This record gives sequence, C-alpha cells and structure tokens, in this order.
Amino acid sequence: MTTTAPTTTSPTRMGFFTDTSICIGCKACEVACKEWNNVPEDGLNFLGTSYDNTGGLSADTWRHVAFIEQKVAAPSTGPELDPQAPAQAGDSGVRWLMSSDVCKHCTHAACLDVCPTGALFRTEFDTVVVQQDVCNGCGYCVPACPFGVIDKREADGRVWKCTLCYDRLKSDLEPACAKACPTQSIQFGPLDELRERAANRVGVLREAGVADAHLYGADETDGVGGFGAFFLLLDKPEVYGLPPDPVVTTRDLPQMWKAAAGAAAALFGTVAAACLRRR
Amino acid sequence: MTDPGGRSQQQSGANGQNGQDGYYGRPVLKRPVWRGYIATYFFTGGLAGASSTLALGARLSGHHRLARSAMLTSLAGMAVSGPLLVADLGKPGRFANMLRVAKPTSPMSVGSWVLTAFAPAAAVAAASDVTGLLPGLGAAGAAVAGILGPAVATYTAVLVADTAIPAWHGAGKELPFLFAGSAAASAGGVAMVLTPVAEAGPARRMAAIAGAIEIAAFRKMEAALGDAGKPYKTGKAGRLARAAEACTATGAILGLAAGRRHRCAAVAAGSLVAAGSLLTRFAVYRAGFESADDPTATIAPQRERVDASGRTV
Repeated sequence: MTTTAPTTTSPTRMGFFTDTSICIGCKACEVACKEWNNVPEDGLNFLGTSYDNTGGLSADTWRHVAFIEQKVAAPSTGPELDPQAPAQAGDSGVRWLMSSDVCKHCTHAACLDVCPTGALFRTEFDTVVVQQDVCNGCGYCVPACPFGVIDKREADGRVWKCTLCYDRLKSDLEPACAKACPTQSIQFGPLDELRERAANRVGVLREAGVADAHLYGADETDGVGGFGAFFLLLDKPEVYGLPPDPVVTTRDLPQMWKAAAGAAAALFGTVAAACLRRR
Repeated sequence: MTDPGGRSQQQSGANGQNGQDGYYGRPVLKRPVWRGYIATYFFTGGLAGASSTLALGARLSGHHRLARSAMLTSLAGMAVSGPLLVADLGKPGRFANMLRVAKPTSPMSVGSWVLTAFAPAAAVAAASDVTGLLPGLGAAGAAVAGILGPAVATYTAVLVADTAIPAWHGAGKELPFLFAGSAAASAGGVAMVLTPVAEAGPARRMAAIAGAIEIAAFRKMEAALGDAGKPYKTGKAGRLARAAEACTATGAILGLAAGRRHRCAAVAAGSLVAAGSLLTRFAVYRAGFESADDPTATIAPQRERVDASGRTV
C-alpha cells in the first residue's frame, strides 16, 4: 500500500544530500537544528564509545553525527593527507567515518502510513512532518519507522522528528543544518538536482580511488521508494547504524489484512463448530 | 595512486567487525513506546470480540444462559479496553483524534472505527438481554457485535505486524491466526467460568478448539520467523510463551475431561485457558521489544537480501 507517494501536483520535491566524505564531525548541524527548532536538551551522557555522546536520532535529536573509528593500513606515500583516503597495505593507521544522520523523508513513509490521526502529513515540498496540534501520542509511528528516527518526547507525550525546517522552507530559507554546515557536507535543494550532483561526486571519488563510495537512498526502486534525504557513504550502511535494505512496513499490509480475514473466518468457524454440535 | 585491494582491511575496526551489530551495538529501530496497557488491551479486546461472536452463536443455537454470560463478558472486556487505550496515549485528551480520519494503511485507524461500531452494539445487546427491554434492538446489537467480533479480535495482530520490528513484521501471516485463536480460547474459557456446566458445552468446545489453534499458530509463527523468532524462545518473552502454552494446553484438556461434570473443574479449566491467552499476548508484546533492541535482527536479513540481489553495498 503506497498511498503516501508524493503527489504529482507538488511543485518541486526538496531534500538533503549528505555527503559524508567531507563531513568533519563538527556537529554544527546538531547545534543549529537544536537552536532553530528549540529542541530540548536530551541528557549530558557519556557513552564511552567515540566522540559521540548523543548516540542516535531521537525525539530530541533531529541531526546526529556518527563517529566511526576504523583500523586501516595508513598511506605511506603520495600526497594523500586526506583522512578519508583509502589505505596502502603495510602500515597501521586509523580512518574516521563521520556522518550526519537525519530523517530520510521517505517517498513511501511508514510513519505517515500508520498514523491514525493524520498528524503526520506530506507537505508541499514532499517532506514528512508531524502536526503537533493533532498528534495524540499513540506512538504507532515509532516502531513503524525502518530507520528508528521518530520517537516520543516523554515529558510532552507527542512524537517529534526532523521537519526539514518546514517553517524556514516556507520563507525561502534553507534548513538550519545545511545553512550551518561549514563543508557543504549537508546540501539542500531540489531532489533531482541533488541526485545528479551526488552521482557526479561518487564518480569523482571512485576515480580518485575511493572504491567504496556509494549513494544510500538515491534509488527510487528501493523498499521505501527512495529517500528525500539521501547520503553518500564510504562503507556499508549498517556500519553507520543504517539499515542496508529498508522496506516500508505497509508494503506487506495487504497480505496481513488477507491473513486477518482468514483468521476471522476461522473464528466464525470455531464458534459455529462449538455451538452447532449436538450435545 | 592507491590500492583498492587494501580496502578489505578496512572492514574491521573498533565499531564491530562488519557492521552486523550496527553502530556500536545500538539498535537500528526504536522500541515501541507503548506500556503494558496495550498488551493487556490485546487480551481484553480479543476477549470482548470473540465473546460477542460466541454470544451470537449461543443465541442462535438456543443456549440462552451462555449467550447472556458471553455478552456480558464482551461488554466488560470493552469497558476495560477503552480506558486502557486512552491511558496509553501521550495526549489522552486527544483520543477523539483517532476518528479524525479513516486510513486503511493504518490498522490503528481501522481498529478505532471498528471499535466505534462494536462497543455501542455490544452495550445495547448486553443491556437489552439483562433488562428485557427493546428485544429487537438488542438482537440487532448482538448481531452487529457478533459479526464485528472477529475483526476486533484480529486487527490488533495486523497492528503489531505492520511495524518494522522483525519478530512482529515477519509473522504477518501467522499473528492474525494466533490472536484469533487466543481470543476465542479466552472467550470460551471465561464463559466456562461464568456458565453452569449444563449450558456451557459450546464454551468448552470453543476453548479446546481455539486453544489448539492458538498453540499451533504460535509454533507455526516461530517456524516461519526463523532467526527473527529468537525472542519467542529465549528470555522473558520465551518464558511467557512457555507458560502460555502450558496453561492453555492444561486448561483445554482439563475442560474436555472434567468440565462437563464438575463446576470446579470447569472454573479451573476456563481460568487456565484464559490465563494462557493473556500470557500469549504478553509474550508477543515482549518479544517485539526484544527484537527491536537487537540491531543484528534488523541488519542481518537485510544484508542477506542485498548480497543475494547482487547489489554492491
């Protein structure tokens, strides 16, 4: 069931292209998002894993920078001062993968599909946003999201996630995270333009020897119909905590309803068998 | 320039070996924010739904004493279910927003509308039966509630299956039968407790048949899920599942063996079957949380799909 597919009447689908190959892990996006959207503090935690004490996206974190520290063979020759550059065999070293995660604003959005109140809706920019004056905090969207993005703010009772700065977009401003990003790792724009730019970037990186550079979420034939906010990654998605083959849960809903119809018939049959048998 | 052959060495690192445990072992999915109210509702709602169908069957087959106790059970189940559902909302005052739209893509929306039709029908049927007033309206209510009962009992299975959680989503074909069997078993069990043995024949048979369906569906679900079904076998959910099966099987057998002669045995047997049904729902509920918390449960089957499809990443 894909009733949430963007309408063709929308002017232009807007989105993010997050190019993790030039992310420097500054977290300006996290801060800018919090400030602009007045997102509450979500704990001063020490996770003891990396330069990341936020952990992941939540009701109170709408941009999250992941830090992945990998042992690699360090480059021994040549001009490769680029920390992202692939390694030569022999020496030992480290490479950092840094990636700013965000709501994917799926083409087929499970959160929106399962929302019983219509609080989650698709905007004129083809983004997915919660209407906070409608959400009644049923929480169904939370386990429906294949990326674990949307979550409930316990003190408030409602669910929250990235709005792709809906208010800024309405005023012809770019989202706060993209505006604050000092390296243009986060790029905002019309989705078709971003996809073209991203494909070129992958070509450049591969030519430079970064063989694992690939796009995540740019394919319209994937399980969620492509992301409105997609990524260039340098390792497998799961290394960043992203599901490698996400599928909108409602894709299988027709079969589930069919099974429920069969089960309902079985319940009728059970009652009939129990009642009609002569004592 | 650089040697792409050296890339395989980059697969190992501080962050797991190859990503099967995700980002520092953190869950990919968010666990549900529902509380125990919802698992309890799965039981009370199922009991209410199946009881109204039993009441209709008993009414049509001339078991009037049984029909009354089943109808009252249905009403009681609904009376508890409503507050449970509202109490679990983050904004309970906005419960009426459930009827703001009607969405077939949302089992919760479908369920809200079904309950909106079901609850008044069950109330009218029970009230008419007890007071003897408006028998025509009561019969209509009993018919509506009896026909909608199986929908009330099974939509909750679709509701949990329609999530990204592997132990729930992967059981989309089995969970409705499990919930239907569990609901019917509980309706039969409670009716055995509340009805004199001479009138309770259909309840005993229903508890036994539905209990068998419940146990068979649970096992079929575990087999269908494969690795994703691990939470149903281990830990707290596994313990709940084993206790559920023991209660249901013991109660069903005891009911068939002695429920016809001894009221005490019937009460014990019916209670056991109903307890088994409640434990089944808590096992399913709990397993979903454990499944959501396990990054490998989410990642491993998806990685297999990607590798099998020949895609590169």
